[in-house]
Amino acid sequence: MTDLLSTPGLSSTDEHAPLQLIDPQGHRVITEENATLRAQVSDLTLDDLRTFYKDMMLARRFDAEATALQRQGELALYAPLLGQEAAQIGSGHALRPTDMVFPSYREHGVAHTRGMDLAKILQLFRGVDHGGWDSFEKNFHLYTLVIGSHALHATGYAMGLQRDAKVGRAAGDEAVMVYLGDGATSQGDVSEALGFAAVNNAPIVFFVQNNQWAISVPNSKQFKGELYTRGEGFGVPGIRVDGNDVLASFAAARWALDHARSGEGPVLIEALTYRMGAHTTSDDPTKYRTREEEQHWRDRDPIARVKALLESENAWNDTDETALAAELEGFGEYIRGYVKSLGRPESTSIFDHVYATDNALVREDREWFAQYEASFMDTSGGAR
Amino acid sequence: MTATVPAPQAAPAPNSAKPLPFAKAINAGLRAAMAKDERVLLMGEDIGPLGGVFRVTEGLQAEFGEDRVVDTPLAESGIIGTAIGLAMRGYRPVCEIQFDGFIFPGFDQITTQLAKMHYRSKGRLNLPVVIRVPFAGGIGAVEHHSESPEALFAHTPGLRVVSPGSAQDAYTMIQEAIASPDPVLFFEPKGRYWEKGPVDLSTPIGSDTLNKAVVARTGTDVTLVAYGPTVATALRAAEAAAAEGTSIEVIDLRAISPLDTDTVVASVKKTGRCVVVHEAVTYMGPGAEVAARVTERCFYELQAPVLRVGGFHNPYPVAKLEHDYIPSLDRILDSVDRVLAY
Repeated sequence: MTDLLSTPGLSSTDEHAPLQLIDPQGHRVITEENATLRAQVSDLTLDDLRTFYKDMMLARRFDAEATALQRQGELALYAPLLGQEAAQIGSGHALRPTDMVFPSYREHGVAHTRGMDLAKILQLFRGVDHGGWDSFEKNFHLYTLVIGSHALHATGYAMGLQRDAKVGRAAGDEAVMVYLGDGATSQGDVSEALGFAAVNNAPIVFFVQNNQWAISVPNSKQFKGELYTRGEGFGVPGIRVDGNDVLASFAAARWALDHARSGEGPVLIEALTYRMGAHTTSDDPTKYRTREEEQHWRDRDPIARVKALLESENAWNDTDETALAAELEGFGEYIRGYVKSLGRPESTSIFDHVYATDNALVREDREWFAQYEASFMDTSGGAR
Repeated sequence: MTATVPAPQAAPAPNSAKPLPFAKAINAGLRAAMAKDERVLLMGEDIGPLGGVFRVTEGLQAEFGEDRVVDTPLAESGIIGTAIGLAMRGYRPVCEIQFDGFIFPGFDQITTQLAKMHYRSKGRLNLPVVIRVPFAGGIGAVEHHSESPEALFAHTPGLRVVSPGSAQDAYTMIQEAIASPDPVLFFEPKGRYWEKGPVDLSTPIGSDTLNKAVVARTGTDVTLVAYGPTVATALRAAEAAAAEGTSIEVIDLRAISPLDTDTVVASVKKTGRCVVVHEAVTYMGPGAEVAARVTERCFYELQAPVLRVGGFHNPYPVAKLEHDYIPSLDRILDSVDRVLAY
């Protein structure tokens, strides 16, 4: 199976070309180089592919709803995943429920594949919660905003998995997947994570979505050489796939996760994609990239590609599309209703959970604040 | 100044106490914690066969194996960051940072991740990570090996910051730090590693040493507040002052976050005078917080301003000059005289 690691190229004409299973026109790609990836999807049915398509459409709808909510002042900020649906939905579906995911902050599509209620993510962007969910309910950790920091948490978690049998925990075959962007690969923490993962032979996959822009900084100013080879010096082999190809993303992630979980060590996947939208709702891409470039990637839309494939294989028709549209309409309504129902948390909640144990400093502040608030009340308890 | 008799020494150690160097006391505490809970792991640079550059972990890898005493790559952020992941998986990592001046590559993980995870997860995630840091000076070391950065961590909500002042506390406090569900910065006064003190290895944990300061010596005229390496200096100063008829009460803070203000205030209400001693830079240092709190709560009892004896506002000096920098017995007594002169 190691041929995947030694032959990253799609063809001999470009040794760095990403591996594909679906081309931008929606045709299946069959080459000698992608045989290992093809084997990974051989058990997928057309129904599975329909699920991928529907999930990608839902992720895109979520993006549209959240962006609109931000424009209406209902969210303080939102980080869209527009353009990265294939990389996220594909890799997300490759995970087992027992695998642990450490997302960055744009992995809404992955969250959906974990069975997360996406609305919960918007608590963070509305400013009512720093997290918003239980990391272990769906084995999807909280978002991490300090770029690359979570690569080490993921690696440590994988080192924990390796020790479980020794502390009487059932030794499962879980693996860990950490999601990173191209910008994160410049962070020292990511290099340290690759080093720790390698020497420990930890069951972890580094899934790098190279969306080509770290806010306004392009790949050319971020790194030299190829990202998928970044781990090699640390002893972490890499694969490059077309991140706008949902099947290739699925296949590479599934292969790498199995590689890791079977004790063969960590793998880095570079999924080459494109951030079709802004970095966040506060960003303005017109200041740093061209319309031509954006159009070039719109023509390689990850959703159009899979839809074309489904249609060509008679697995999708207008009736399906109409049914999906109605479903997404309901989803949108749910998201809007949920966000608007999120009220202001209690003021005193700022003192909750600073420590897991009683703490004199927090207690002092909490008591002072309560007294201060009470000073505005008249004796009957009403506001003065 | 009122006439005083020399203050009694702190209660003698129990009979089962044996003299043990500070470093051996921590070693014994680590061993006890590891024996009790198999989820306790040690991680750090050179802590395996070598036993750490100060030999604090000596013999532990042989006893507990390489999976529990982990020689890590030379990367402090990596040590703390992976400890966070291990803690998420249910382990209780104890990280050794080789020297105080090398903690800064891990500063981001400590302050932005470790300190906040419990809060941002609304209490769903506990990170019981202990970070052991040999700190402070006095050993004639080269640059970056003698610093006292504890205030930087005490300024970060979510962390506990402690430093034992006696061998017995070193033994007990390291175990209580490991048992705590909160992240703990455990600053070890490296200059005291080889000083022996009575340690009773049968002392149970649970005495709340991470929250409670201790009166290391009772007195009536001046309260000397110290922690970590300056506790011994303060006790020596008190001894010298007693010979001249001044009764000094020494408070060993044990924790600078959270500060046990009540114990300090109770003492100052009695003495009316307070001097705070630490090696950390005086400006914006822990002593400033103690002084502010004492002033707020003892305003009418104070006979003199609270004085601080600490590091000057310069980078830690060269080894040949470090004893001009470290708060000495004479510098402490000078400040004691000054608060008594009011």
